[in-house]
Amino acid sequence: MDLFLNLAINGIATGMLIFLIACGLTLIFGLMDVLNFAHGGLFAWGAFVGVWAYGITQSFILSMLAAVIAGLLLGLITEYLIIKPVYGNHIQQILITLGFMLVLSELIKVVFGPNILAASKPPYLDGSWEFGDVTVIKYRALIIVVGLLLFLVIMAVLKFTKIGLIVRAGVMNKEMVQALGINIRLVFIGVFMVGSALAALGGALFAPSSGVAYAEMGMEFGIFAFIVVIIGGMGSVPGSLVAALLVGLSNGFMAYYYSDLAMAVTMILMFIVLIFRPEGLFRVSGVSNK
Amino acid sequence: MTNTLLKLEQINTHIEQFHILHNVEFEVSPGEVTVLLGRNGAGKTTTLRTIMGLNNASNGTVTFKGEDITKLPPYHIAKKGIGYVPEDQGIFYGLTVGENMRVGMRKEDDATKERMEWVLELFPDLKKFWKKPGGQLSGGQKQMLSIARSYVNENDLLLIDEPSKGLAPVIVEKVIESIEKMKEKTTVVLVEQNFYMASRLGDRFYILDDGMTVHHGDMSALREDEELKRKYLGIA
Ligand SMILES: Nc1ncnc2c1ncn2[C@@H]1O[C@H](COP(=O)(O)OP(=O)(O)OP(=O)(O)O)[C@@H](O)[C@H]1O
Ligand SMILES: [Mg+2]
Repeated sequence: MDLFLNLAINGIATGMLIFLIACGLTLIFGLMDVLNFAHGGLFAWGAFVGVWAYGITQSFILSMLAAVIAGLLLGLITEYLIIKPVYGNHIQQILITLGFMLVLSELIKVVFGPNILAASKPPYLDGSWEFGDVTVIKYRALIIVVGLLLFLVIMAVLKFTKIGLIVRAGVMNKEMVQALGINIRLVFIGVFMVGSALAALGGALFAPSSGVAYAEMGMEFGIFAFIVVIIGGMGSVPGSLVAALLVGLSNGFMAYYYSDLAMAVTMILMFIVLIFRPEGLFRVSGVSNK
Repeated sequence: MTNTLLKLEQINTHIEQFHILHNVEFEVSPGEVTVLLGRNGAGKTTTLRTIMGLNNASNGTVTFKGEDITKLPPYHIAKKGIGYVPEDQGIFYGLTVGENMRVGMRKEDDATKERMEWVLELFPDLKKFWKKPGGQLSGGQKQMLSIARSYVNENDLLLIDEPSKGLAPVIVEKVIESIEKMKEKTTVVLVEQNFYMASRLGDRFYILDDGMTVHHGDMSALREDEELKRKYLGIA
């Protein structure tokens, strides 16, 4: 029971990190119809910026803030330089964003050096709580709480604000949104920047938990995030949360019992969903994808 | 005609490699309902989409309130004061009726709220289904929602694409009544195959054929002209 719960908490924490990458990705996919394979790169950048900022300031909050700001800026630059020229062309998007993913990874080595960085957490987030047999690692609990809070905030913004309404409408029918007098390009840029910042925050949260930041982590988590977007349904934030938790949990348990099969199980999960619900668990209904 | 609200001059539009509109000429006077007629595939929808900037004219100019809007993006054109009711209605299926209306509101001031109340008096059904997702409305209700959404803003011009399509006669009557009321507030360009509706509402007409404007004039003249109606509209 002890082991089961610990694996479950671990899996949920991993799922939350994947969710932070996937929720931006799903909105970028759904709203802008853009396949952004560079998104994982923001996760890695967030991790490095977080570790670097923590080293300087010794403040956990400031390190997270630094990662978010870096994510916003990198998102703006990426949208402008990489995405804007290839709107509407999936093949070019795949090629250029995959290429840019490698550029982001290499740039990390240029800026922060070629080695893996050690990441530490502040003393007050170290250690764990004991509940009878169950040990809850404080930092994992923090990841879960932060992930849940961000999910609630994103949902509230989408549901209750005008800008959220426009984003939801844009996922369903971009053309009509424009014909109603809304500059969808500004909305695109905003969503891209916020999505990038969430991925960067995910990376910054992850590094102290694993103890390291390394350039390739962007690719690893980015692939999970893509699978999650497909399982959850393109454009659906609740879908990406549910799918991220599923993937996090299945991966966590498999990694413990049959670690060789961990990735395979995630893939199988995706295939099963694709067979029975090709549009993902949470379908976003729309008129068209114009 | 000195005071023209909308003017299309020598408009040519391509969709991919296809040349769809050929030198379309089109003029709309304020306060009137101008009906755009023509067979299926004549280019009526493409003409409206070109005005909205959803299709780009390869050459020619669209002038609205004396200003060249040919190259402006669709959102900018909409903000100049043009409301658009597309052929497929453009309802956001996953948003409620109320949310569909709200996305369309360019401002949320008192004047807009007043207009909203006026619109809901015109279409009381919408109030009843306020919280229902747009995708669950009937065809007629979707059409009402799409029209109502275009009425909420203070527009100088409405472009309405085949509002009678697939609607029962009773509903068509309701749509006609609503456009008649709207006519007092704004100018309308109406694409319509239903000649009854076109002749009830229209002041002037244009006939498109094969992407060209082949005829135009007063609606009253067209009502009498059996030859023209047979030739281009397949009615007699
Ligand atoms: N996306 C497209 N790709 C290629 N050709 C198109 C496209 N959209 C329209 N066309 C062509 O442009 C021409 C004009 O189409 P349009 O939709 O403007 O006609 P319409 O007068 O509105 O017809 P309807 O009465 O059937 O709505 C048609 O020949 C049509 O086949
Ligand atoms: Mg048409």
